[in-house]
Amino acid sequence: MQSQATYNYKVVRQFSIMTVVWGIVGMLVGVIIAAQLVWPELNVAEWFHFGRLRPLHTNAVIFAFGGCALFATSYFVVQRTCHTTLFAPGLAAFTFWGWQLVIVLAAITLPLGITSSKEYAELEWPIDILVAVVWVSYAIVFFGTIAKRKTSHIYVANWFFGAFILTVALLHIVNSAALPVTLTKSYSAYAGVQDAMVQWWYGHNAVGFFLTAGFLGMMYYFVPKQAERPVYSYRLSVVHFWALIFTYMWAGSHHLHYTALPDWTQSVGMVFSLILLAPSWGGMINGIMTLSGAWHKLRTDPILKFLITALSFYGMSTFEGPMMSIKTVNALSHYTDWTVGHVHSGALGWVAMISIGSMYYLLPRMYGRTEMYSTGLINAHFWIATIGIVLYIASMWIAGVMQGLMWRATNPDGTLTYSFVESVKASYPFWSIRLAGGVLFLTGMLIMFYNMVKTMAGHRAYDAPVVLPAAAHA
Amino acid sequence: MDINDLRSLITVLGLTCFLGICFWAYSKRARAGFDEAALLPFTDDDAPMPHGGRQAKEG
Repeated sequence: MQSQATYNYKVVRQFSIMTVVWGIVGMLVGVIIAAQLVWPELNVAEWFHFGRLRPLHTNAVIFAFGGCALFATSYFVVQRTCHTTLFAPGLAAFTFWGWQLVIVLAAITLPLGITSSKEYAELEWPIDILVAVVWVSYAIVFFGTIAKRKTSHIYVANWFFGAFILTVALLHIVNSAALPVTLTKSYSAYAGVQDAMVQWWYGHNAVGFFLTAGFLGMMYYFVPKQAERPVYSYRLSVVHFWALIFTYMWAGSHHLHYTALPDWTQSVGMVFSLILLAPSWGGMINGIMTLSGAWHKLRTDPILKFLITALSFYGMSTFEGPMMSIKTVNALSHYTDWTVGHVHSGALGWVAMISIGSMYYLLPRMYGRTEMYSTGLINAHFWIATIGIVLYIASMWIAGVMQGLMWRATNPDGTLTYSFVESVKASYPFWSIRLAGGVLFLTGMLIMFYNMVKTMAGHRAYDAPVVLPAAAHA
Repeated sequence: MDINDLRSLITVLGLTCFLGICFWAYSKRARAGFDEAALLPFTDDDAPMPHGGRQAKEG
């Protein structure tokens, strides 16, 4: 049975296209700052300096690329699994234009040096208020859609999306609390070590809920869909969800090992980070084992390759993360390129790969097709991106461990063996390899853009009809 | 009772609550509902239908 109404695909379509566009922009800025480390002459002007472009890169890839992918997939998945159209479609359209405005404002203010200096929360207070308004609207649309669902259950992907939306609202509003002094300058509401703790409570949960829970929502829908079989264990997914929710909030203090933060607080962060390994791997196994009995599909389906490789990188970085949170390991790894390698194993390997796979599923369906223009180009994208990630993280691991060892080396009389600049000099070859890895990953995104344009060409935008749940009649 | 007793209590309650969820998730009672929920992505075919859908108004 079929009704006349159609799903709200327009906002999904808009966010999907902008995912690819902002992905290219954000990764291009990443390539530029990687080149600036290799060739410092490229720091040509104040507004083009590494220090100003680096927050632009992180904001663009996390909030513009990752954010658009999360909006697109959550709006798609919540409609399809609840068998209903979006609640308040006008508000959904506002979230699209509002979010694009936030991104444009970030791209203007960050190079101008307008920043609150809080990592991953650099935007100044007027933009913060806009982010909060857009985010609350997002929550209203998402939870309103769940409230008017035609199914009795709320599918697990929506639980993850819901947790991501709620928690990011909480994190953003608490961490952005500030006293404005002018339109472009404010001071944090917190001081000293409390400010640092609030910042990393925010920072680590941005990883846990923005970069993990939201993308796990993607995983729980698109992996089963593309593999054409239900998730390996639904009850494991329920335990996975609650274990992440109960644990992540307490891990943030591992970013402040050996600082003014009380020692016991650092230890709490370390212990909870170690516990996090269990739910993370539970989720990874649940995703990968969904392919159980259909492994042959991996050979021919490049979209599945993206999704399953993403889960493998998720497993790798969620093993590495707890290990790096151990104080003695952290004493070696902290402030080195090892951290940068770890972040990119998660960001390129997990977040970008799962988003790219999901977009390859989503984009053709937004134009009334079942497949992208070229499956061969998806395959090419997969291999170029994978080689790029491997080059990136392997070079950063080596550089990071080397830096850590050089900084801690002492002579018998207690003086430092190496000056800081000697470790910089030794890092050069690895920074060049990292640049090559980044260029490869960006090249993959350009191929995706071409494939997307060719998929759209000659096909009108398509809105699928709302279908009553088949199970309801069974 | 000082504030730290309250903090300990919250921690214990949190753990109990989580263990309760685990037992519930693996109980027989939850199974039928989970089996049904796991099929939600497959309750409709999202392959575009040549005549069923509607071309969007935008270009």
